[in-house]
Amino acid sequence: MKISTLPGLGAFLLTGMCFLCAAQGKPEKTEPISVYAELEKAPAKYRAKANPLLADKDAVAAGRVLFEEHCEECHGGNALGTKKAPSLRVPEVQSAPAGSLFWILTNGIVRKGMPVWSKLPEPQRWQLVTYVQSLGPVEAPENKAPAKP
Amino acid sequence: MSLSCLSHLYLLLLGTLLSLAGAGLLVAQENPYIVAYDHNLEEPGNLEVEYFSTFGTQRGGPNFHAFWGEFEYGATAWWTTELYLSGQTTFGESTVFTGYRWENRVRPLKNEHRINPVLYVEFEDINGGDKIMKEVEGHDVESDFLTPNAVARQERNREVELKLILSSNYKGWNFTENTLAVKNLSNEPWEFGYALGASRPLTLKGSAQKCNFCLQHFIAGVEMYGGLGDRYSFGLHETSHYLAPGLAWNLPSGWTFRIEPSFGLNDNSHQFLLRWGISYEIAGFGQKVSQLFKGKSE
Repeated sequence: MKISTLPGLGAFLLTGMCFLCAAQGKPEKTEPISVYAELEKAPAKYRAKANPLLADKDAVAAGRVLFEEHCEECHGGNALGTKKAPSLRVPEVQSAPAGSLFWILTNGIVRKGMPVWSKLPEPQRWQLVTYVQSLGPVEAPENKAPAKP
Repeated sequence: MSLSCLSHLYLLLLGTLLSLAGAGLLVAQENPYIVAYDHNLEEPGNLEVEYFSTFGTQRGGPNFHAFWGEFEYGATAWWTTELYLSGQTTFGESTVFTGYRWENRVRPLKNEHRINPVLYVEFEDINGGDKIMKEVEGHDVESDFLTPNAVARQERNREVELKLILSSNYKGWNFTENTLAVKNLSNEPWEFGYALGASRPLTLKGSAQKCNFCLQHFIAGVEMYGGLGDRYSFGLHETSHYLAPGLAWNLPSGWTFRIEPSFGLNDNSHQFLLRWGISYEIAGFGQKVSQLFKGKSE
């Protein structure tokens, strides 16, 4: 590579990175109602799925470890939500069928920033669902209308 | 620009990035593949800084150590963009910077399916001394690597590479099939190649306690890759192929280590390659940079 091409490449990459980062920090304009409405989109086949780890005494503890490792960065400590992702302690999530939460974890909501977590094996996704639903509902008005899920 | 200057710049950039890492913890769940890609993209806003090495044996000439750095950024949940900087040392000759690559992976379907396609587009500006073997294409064979660095670095290759990645997650396993087509932007024919991979964590359930050595953090796999000729002579004639078992160790602190010995499957292939890599995932990198530019923390 010629030396003269390096500054141009650097400037191009820096500009691109600034653009991407700025886009990352910019909240999307979404209606608050649409955040949890995604749960309703779970196919009936998934909604009807029972949590196979409900009786597993380690599922909550293992789910907590997985949550801290993979989810807490966006959904916050105790799943109370942050500016990046909504609270999972609201009644809409806590009373949702376990299968719907499993479906969201498996498929993500990629157009709204929630990544696909199918790379986690199924038992780990169920452990996460078990942990989240063990937390119980909390009314947190400041987290009821997050920027995006 | 001298190589030592480049290495200083690289370290400075790496230091800046790691200082931005802050306390954000996010455990990567990386497969052991080094050549093949699966459909799992980088989480949005995260930056993964990676270093990889390939040690290669060379019949008829000196062995080599090729190395590259990757900066992989999750622009959105469906788009990952990545920059590579590469170089190589041919023992007894010299160490040279071999160029850069800029790749993009896009997930066109919003839901998970049995087979998940990902579209891959890469532009690369490299010289003839490149030996990282991030992909094997066309009629790439071992004897191509015999050209001395002083001559090889004079050759400049600007290429566009397209890949169709088809990947599935099933009962803890990942299976992936990549087909690639590469076009040198000078008047050369399209070249083709492939990569196949399968991997699985050593256990599927998560541990109830935080641990570095839990089996869930180790993912074992195997990949096979090689060339498929070009548009004038498509097929296996005069092509090289490799089989590579590998292991990835995803630490809860965000670090991932990978190791992958590769074995040549025919006389056109290097007999043995040893690849290894280390990576660190910086959670919320995009947001941190965004806050820097806004000048206030929210």
